[in-house]
Amino acid sequence: MAIATVPGAGIDVGSQAPPPAADPRRARRNRRIKENLTGYGFLAGAVLCFAFFSWYPMIRGIVMSFQRTRRGETTWVGWDNYDRIVNDPSFWTAWQNTLYFTVLALILGYAVPFFLAVLLNEFRHAKGYLRILVYLPVMLPPASALFLFKYLAYDPSDAGLFNAILKAVGLPTSQWMQSTDMTMPAMVLASTWMNMGGAVLIYLAALQNIPGELYEAAELDGAGIWRRITNVTIPQTRLILSLMAMLQVVATMQLFIEPLILANGAGTQDSATSVVYLIYQHGFFQNDLNGAAALGVIMLVALIGFSAVYARLNAKQD
Amino acid sequence: MSVPHFRRVAAIALAAGLGLGLAACSTKGDDETDAAGKTIITVDCQPVGAQKNLLQAWNDDVKAFEAANPDIKIKSVSVGTQCANPPDFTARLNGGSMTDVFYGYMTDVQQVIDSGQAMDITAYANKDNIPTWDDVLADAKNTFTKDGKVWGIPTKNYSMGLVYNKTLFAKAGLDPKSPPKTWAEVREAAKKIAALGDGVAGFGEYSSGNTGGWHFTAELFSQGGTPVTADGKKADFNNDMGKKVLQNLKDMRYTDNSMGSRQLLGWGDLLTLAGAGKVGMFVGAPDATTAIVTQFQGKYEDWAMGPMPGQDGPAKGTLGGGEGYFFKAGLSEDQIKAGLKWLAFEKLTPGKGQFDYARAKSLNEQVGLPQPQLFTPGSASQKAEFDLRKANGNIAPEDFAAFENNPVAIKFEPANAQGIYAILDGAMSAILTNPNASVDEELKKAEEKVNQLLAQAAK
Repeated sequence: MAIATVPGAGIDVGSQAPPPAADPRRARRNRRIKENLTGYGFLAGAVLCFAFFSWYPMIRGIVMSFQRTRRGETTWVGWDNYDRIVNDPSFWTAWQNTLYFTVLALILGYAVPFFLAVLLNEFRHAKGYLRILVYLPVMLPPASALFLFKYLAYDPSDAGLFNAILKAVGLPTSQWMQSTDMTMPAMVLASTWMNMGGAVLIYLAALQNIPGELYEAAELDGAGIWRRITNVTIPQTRLILSLMAMLQVVATMQLFIEPLILANGAGTQDSATSVVYLIYQHGFFQNDLNGAAALGVIMLVALIGFSAVYARLNAKQD
Repeated sequence: MSVPHFRRVAAIALAAGLGLGLAACSTKGDDETDAAGKTIITVDCQPVGAQKNLLQAWNDDVKAFEAANPDIKIKSVSVGTQCANPPDFTARLNGGSMTDVFYGYMTDVQQVIDSGQAMDITAYANKDNIPTWDDVLADAKNTFTKDGKVWGIPTKNYSMGLVYNKTLFAKAGLDPKSPPKTWAEVREAAKKIAALGDGVAGFGEYSSGNTGGWHFTAELFSQGGTPVTADGKKADFNNDMGKKVLQNLKDMRYTDNSMGSRQLLGWGDLLTLAGAGKVGMFVGAPDATTAIVTQFQGKYEDWAMGPMPGQDGPAKGTLGGGEGYFFKAGLSEDQIKAGLKWLAFEKLTPGKGQFDYARAKSLNEQVGLPQPQLFTPGSASQKAEFDLRKANGNIAPEDFAAFENNPVAIKFEPANAQGIYAILDGAMSAILTNPNASVDEELKKAEEKVNQLLAQAAK
């Protein structure tokens, strides 16, 4: 039971009384802060990094998309930049191209690494060697890899590597990047080759976490390789597959270096113009940073929208 | 130190270091004067390490200038071989990270003014600070002047003509001293050069990275056309002249098969082919030959230049351009004067800097090109520069005689040039990569897009 004391009316404890106890809640808080100081220190670094290099530019980009700077003076122009950018002659072409690339990349760039991982997982020998072989292109700087494709593989003459192969097996040759029909498939091919190593390793890690008993049970039930993949492998790796699909879409929508190097930007008749390349054109060639910011915001909204819908659909499935 | 304690110290150091680093990034490091009271200016476009001779010449000039001007200190900054590569230049400009005196193209003037990063130097651009100022071509000065205000100092100018490979001309049985003067003659010569085989293209042309539109404009000028109307509000190339530009190219590409199979060429692609001796002719400025040799391993003795071809006779115009230096906003009066003094020394004095032909000759650099032609014909500076060039020339004068003796009216790029060029790349790439592309349709499509672009730009 607590004894209530009224100042001046209570017992005089005099100098023999112990010093008044500090507020226990404050003491607890101080102790917690002290204990977590290391955590806060590391957190501060990360927060500062994100704040200065991610959030601030993002917010600045959004603000810029509603402004116009001329002769050093910045004015608010409402939706003018959005109006201008949506009416850019290449706006819809850029979106069409980007979506086309994304769909093609999902078909090729998403499926191939998964099946390659399944295949590698089945190998009993030379595992490390094969994994290095698959991962090697990732170590090549993207610009170098793309220049290899541009000058070696996609040379439209018969001397080009791919054309020489096609010719050797009696197939018609291609103009590759000089053909509006082949521009996107050629970019997806190069992009898949460059990037699949990382995805293969992630899938391999997921595959190795699948309990072996499941495969044994499936085999006892007479399941062939295809049944084992569809009934064991895919359900067991669904989470990672789902995450990789979302990351893949977000990454491929930001298509830039492939058109820049393989197609010198827009490619034949705008066939390679992507949304990010259009942002680059506005920002760095047309001196229209505000228009570029507006297009960047449109893309940000589109990707947030996609991610939200995707996450919701996934949650429903779960 | 115990592990938890070490972690704590590391975390605090990380956070503090990051904060300090960021703070340092935002700190302006430029000083107007050094401890000795010298005026300091930073200047860009110092040649890169790979350009050994040019870099040595620049550094020697800095030393000589500082010795002659003990109150000035020059800090040189290299920004790549192409000093104003558009994306890099725009990034530097908008980020405010240019040097005090910074290089730019003539076509950058509006962008530089719009950025608010440069200063009006009208009060300083005069004979007191640049002794040869009154001799500098009025046209060159005008390109850096807007609404009566001087924003930059011209240091180089060019106009386009037909650059051709003499060696391939001779091999193909053509007269290397008599370059084609009409597009019909270009076509005939291209056929003969392409017939040499071994992957040699008779004529090379750009069609990507905005360079296709740039060359379309140059060739349209040769026909007497112009890409936009005089008021700059509408496209003006969907006409007979624009059609002739594309038809000439289409005929060479597909009827004659004289342009090679590799298209979608950008600036470096075409010059790489030229350096390798795989292209007979292309449209370019005299300094393209310098680039072919210094950057793309070509040989000076292979190259010569004729005037811009015309459709049925001499060309009715050619595209001209140039480069110069701007001054960063906020410089002190002393810094501006120091910058002008440096430019006068390095770029605008016959016998010094870029006009030190005796030194260039001793370094085996090309001397005797007809451009830059920065001084007014008949002026004392022009005469001095001409005499020095003649005395030290190490290229055969006849290699550029056809270009020099057949001057063509120079026309300048339109406003919104890069946006227009990006669209015209589409027409150029269609004609050069698709045998079924229709000239009429491509021009119509491009016209609609350019009109759309100009309407939006006017808002």
